Amino acid sequence: MEGYRHSVLLDKDKCTGCTTCLQHCPTEAIRIVDGKARIDSDRCIDCGECIRRCPHQAKKASAGSLENMQRFRYKIALPAPSLYAQFDNLDDIDYVLNGLKKIGFDEVFEVSKAAEFVSEYTRRYIRTEGIRLPVISSACPVVVRLINLLFPSLSESIIHLHPPVEVAARMAKKRAMEAHPELKEEEIGVCFISPCPGKVSYVSNYKELYDLHIDEVVPISDVYFLLINAMKREEAIESLSESGMIGVGWASSGGESTAILNEGYLAADGIDNVIRVLNQIEDGNIPPVNFIELNACPGGCVGGVMTVQNPFISKSRLQSLRRYLPVSMNRMPEGERYIPQEAFFNKIEEFAPERRLGSSMAESMRMMSDIQRLKNMLPGIDCGACGAPTCRAHAEDIVRAGGQEPDCPILKARMLSEGK
Amino acid sequence: MSEPLVFHYDVDGSDFTSAGQASVFVKRNLRQLGLDPEIIRRVSIAMYEGEINMVIHAEGGEADVIVTEDAVEIVLKDHGPGIADVEKAMQEGYSTATSSIQSLGFGAGMGLPNMKRYSDEMQIDTELGVGTTVRMKIRLT
Repeated sequence: MEGYRHSVLLDKDKCTGCTTCLQHCPTEAIRIVDGKARIDSDRCIDCGECIRRCPHQAKKASAGSLENMQRFRYKIALPAPSLYAQFDNLDDIDYVLNGLKKIGFDEVFEVSKAAEFVSEYTRRYIRTEGIRLPVISSACPVVVRLINLLFPSLSESIIHLHPPVEVAARMAKKRAMEAHPELKEEEIGVCFISPCPGKVSYVSNYKELYDLHIDEVVPISDVYFLLINAMKREEAIESLSESGMIGVGWASSGGESTAILNEGYLAADGIDNVIRVLNQIEDGNIPPVNFIELNACPGGCVGGVMTVQNPFISKSRLQSLRRYLPVSMNRMPEGERYIPQEAFFNKIEEFAPERRLGSSMAESMRMMSDIQRLKNMLPGIDCGACGAPTCRAHAEDIVRAGGQEPDCPILKARMLSEGK
Repeated sequence: MSEPLVFHYDVDGSDFTSAGQASVFVKRNLRQLGLDPEIIRRVSIAMYEGEINMVIHAEGGEADVIVTEDAVEIVLKDHGPGIADVEKAMQEGYSTATSSIQSLGFGAGMGLPNMKRYSDEMQIDTELGVGTTVRMKIRLT
């Protein structure tokens, strides 16, 4: 896709050209060229795996900033539930929500509140007649992009429901306009406090396509220290939280699924596990379930690279935080018979499958045959020294560039030592 | 007409967890040839079921995927015990897999029926004590 704006970027000065990211990129989007990593925009899904793996902090997430929110007269914070898991000894979500108001927001609207509606919509959706089951959650934008790139046959199985963050943005703006009729819509700004760069890319690339109402996406790690200083236990706080166990549970893997209640489900987290599961779904090799929750990050959203805490500690904290919450605090209004139309999106982001090798089937076949020939010449140790993640990828790069001979340091060394 | 492309895979019979690997590699190659996603899905299901069959019944074997401009052909060859009654084996729910294999979730008796369902042509050559060769064709046009 041309002009795709990525949120995962490289800091060239810090990159040493080591092959760590190369080996861990799930879509083989990275090459080392002239001693520096290079990310292929068409293949990158902004999963953040390279950020997680880079030993030199040369990969970074670019996101929005709190300063950018100054352009709005009325500022609404949309905290992701994973934000609540960042704080030690937190026993009341209201401390976090009050903290957000202290650091400059006029209002907060919890994404977990919207998540409870989305859970209810999903339950209804699954029971809709004629739906092809199982359905795959649309909540993780990295998974949606991954499916469009590598598993196009499953793209129809993605539920066409907006993720909780967008539902929250719409509800928040509507509520603000009702409470403050003096405000114009464009004066109200909605800022998502996000655990991952995936959501940054989702907003910056699909604002138009999905008619998104989110204006700014700011990393949890950017607000964390501001919040720590603003959250004071001794002060009286306003009661603001409006979500229960179900909504808060969305922050970790399996939370979204358990909210589906009686339906059979499968939940997987971590990008490699997600790919394995998608392969099995495509092969028809999964138990009969109705709902599939896939999170690119280990542990779910709490494992996002823009959080500050270890995902497993976060998960543990969430469990204690959820213990005394009501199951759910949000229900669709009485009399509303089906999912509101505005919760659906009509088309899915541009179908962007892996590029075909050549311009025709015949040409692609010839190129594939060249790739096989080159691959068989290569040592097959996938060392990354040539700059490609595997020997197969190197062979493909050479053929795509119109070359005929491999450019492999190991092969060259062998030839030298054999005196050829 | 260009030369047919042949992808060859050894299916390791000792390891359930590696079954399905060949199907992953094939999918990638077919994507890069620009095949329709639905065709790729059919190939990968047929291929996967065949792989599992070879692991369960024949201690592995070999898989060849032959691509021409008109069709994808999958040839699965093993040196297992052979199929005693092909007609019965084609019935849904019929399986000779042991109960320990069934407890792993395999051997539901859907392997061959699914392979037939997802391919356009299927041919089974089998000889008791010698082995089985299954050929499946999925047409592209």
